[in-house]
Amino acid sequence: MSSLSASPKPVQAHWEKELVKVENVYKHFAVAKSFFQRGTLKVHAVDGVSLSIFNGETLGLVGESGCGKSTLGKLILRLEKPTSGKIFFEDQDIDQLSGSELKSIRRKMQVIFQDPYSSLNPRRTVKNIIMEPLIIHDIGNRAERNRRVYELMEEVGLRPDQATRYPHEFSGGQRQRIGIARALALNPKLIIADEPVSALDVSIRSQVLNLMKDLQEKYSLSYLFVSHDLSVVEYISDRIAVMYLGKIVEIGPKTIVYNSPKHPYTEALLSSAPVPDPASRNRRIILKGDVPSPMSPPKGCRFHTRCPIRIEICSSEEPPLKEVDNGRFVACHVRAT
Amino acid sequence: MTFKSEFVTRLSKNKMAMSGLFIVLILFSTSLFANHLAPYPPSEIDTTRILAPPSLEHPMGTDILGRDVLSRVIFGSGVSLSVGFVAVGISTLIGVVLGAISGYYSGLADRIIMRFVDVMLCFPSFFLILAVIAFVGPSIWNIMVVIGVTSWMGVTRLVRAEFLSIRERDFVQAAIAQGASDFRIIFLHILPNAMAPILVAATLGVASAVLVESGLSFLGIGVQPPDPSWGNMLTEGKDNIEIAWWLSLFPGLAILITVMGYNMLGEGIRDSFDPRLRR
Repeated sequence: MSSLSASPKPVQAHWEKELVKVENVYKHFAVAKSFFQRGTLKVHAVDGVSLSIFNGETLGLVGESGCGKSTLGKLILRLEKPTSGKIFFEDQDIDQLSGSELKSIRRKMQVIFQDPYSSLNPRRTVKNIIMEPLIIHDIGNRAERNRRVYELMEEVGLRPDQATRYPHEFSGGQRQRIGIARALALNPKLIIADEPVSALDVSIRSQVLNLMKDLQEKYSLSYLFVSHDLSVVEYISDRIAVMYLGKIVEIGPKTIVYNSPKHPYTEALLSSAPVPDPASRNRRIILKGDVPSPMSPPKGCRFHTRCPIRIEICSSEEPPLKEVDNGRFVACHVRAT
Repeated sequence: MTFKSEFVTRLSKNKMAMSGLFIVLILFSTSLFANHLAPYPPSEIDTTRILAPPSLEHPMGTDILGRDVLSRVIFGSGVSLSVGFVAVGISTLIGVVLGAISGYYSGLADRIIMRFVDVMLCFPSFFLILAVIAFVGPSIWNIMVVIGVTSWMGVTRLVRAEFLSIRERDFVQAAIAQGASDFRIIFLHILPNAMAPILVAATLGVASAVLVESGLSFLGIGVQPPDPSWGNMLTEGKDNIEIAWWLSLFPGLAILITVMGYNMLGEGIRDSFDPRLRR
């Protein structure tokens, strides 16, 4: 298929260890067009993605809705199984695991969801929700679990007297804190945060982001931070990966990607982000047309139908993800040669 | 405030549910205290008072053997209730188990169970029951079981649909990501959130089971005389309908009120469990 063989190598010294390695992963969903044409159409949600998440870093994954970023998160969590390709967690192929091995891997990676209203079981108290992972993995006795729950609640900024309440009695931000406490309960190494602040008020957003940053430092967590909000990703990430129609088009250290985007899609995306400075009138790149359907992605470069700088080869040949600088990869025929 | 107390508050404000509950509670106490409430033993024959019209002594009159109709209606309520509850208990149990397997595991198990449901639904259930009763013989226990095992299909579909949708909710995905066992996910996360429609279906199911039992007894293959049941009382009533209207009217009213009571309660629960369930 594509020539995505190179997976980004660590640049910074303290990111020596790869925690997660995604190798050329595809995920297609069959769509029943009608009763008689079952499974003839496929949504190419993730279409040949390779990337790594290093110990202790935050990888920001951006892209517009429907580009497959959430699916990629679910694949790493093994909530979905890849159509093809391999995903390694601490050098273990998670697709090969089952039973107790899978359970022990699950202990090391947790998830925070976007919608704080559906991510908590409405019929369970906050205490039960946070304690559940401890019970599942049989950690500690009753008193120890209790202590740990209150510890976690304090950690994320909830009051101990709120332990016996139900999720619907909390605000969105508080619910997200409950979700974070639940994710932290097992002391994981990796947290997949699937748009964790997108459903929150702007004022609450920064509180939750700062909480996540503090916790990362304290517990040396790695985050895969999935978002469509560029300013949020810029704030929290060390590296940025930009996705378009199931493919990574650019990946690299945050400051470099933000300051000098190479891929035309990244460029357009960044130029569309609002800047809180009325004086600055940045040249805004407005893309023409809509995102092509993920059921029939365009041939060649996915982006060529909307690309302002396309050349002939773009519509026939898919550009490989090439290293342009140290640790920075771009998939573009024009910009990465 | 917990979910339950919130539900109770909403339910108590629902007039329909409360009237239904009132009827159901009256039926319960009637059948429970039938011995004390009934003015006469239900099978006591009094040949001096055959087909007596309603009077102070016999508020619902007497039947062709001089038995007190009121007493028989009171004792008949026990039959209706026990058949209704046992039958619905059986069908709900089967439905929840099969629906849960079908909705949670999907795949082959789902396809097999759903086709089996389709096959079962192909038979007109009343005639299926008739045929089975013809084999196993009429008795109140047989009726309970047969009604139960021929009416689980709706619950199965309902539970499957609930499981399919709740399984995709984020809190279930989070539980999977935590490494929770299937058992834990089904019983702690999905089932409690699927209880509302199951409870509604069960309540409405009691009403239809009562109706089926009456029908079977009316046809003479349900509860056998001399044991009183509203259905077999109607049979006796229809033979004498021109000279003794009270034989048909009162058991008929009893059936009507019972079925209406359960339906009202069921609809009321549906409305107050979750306003979104209202149709």
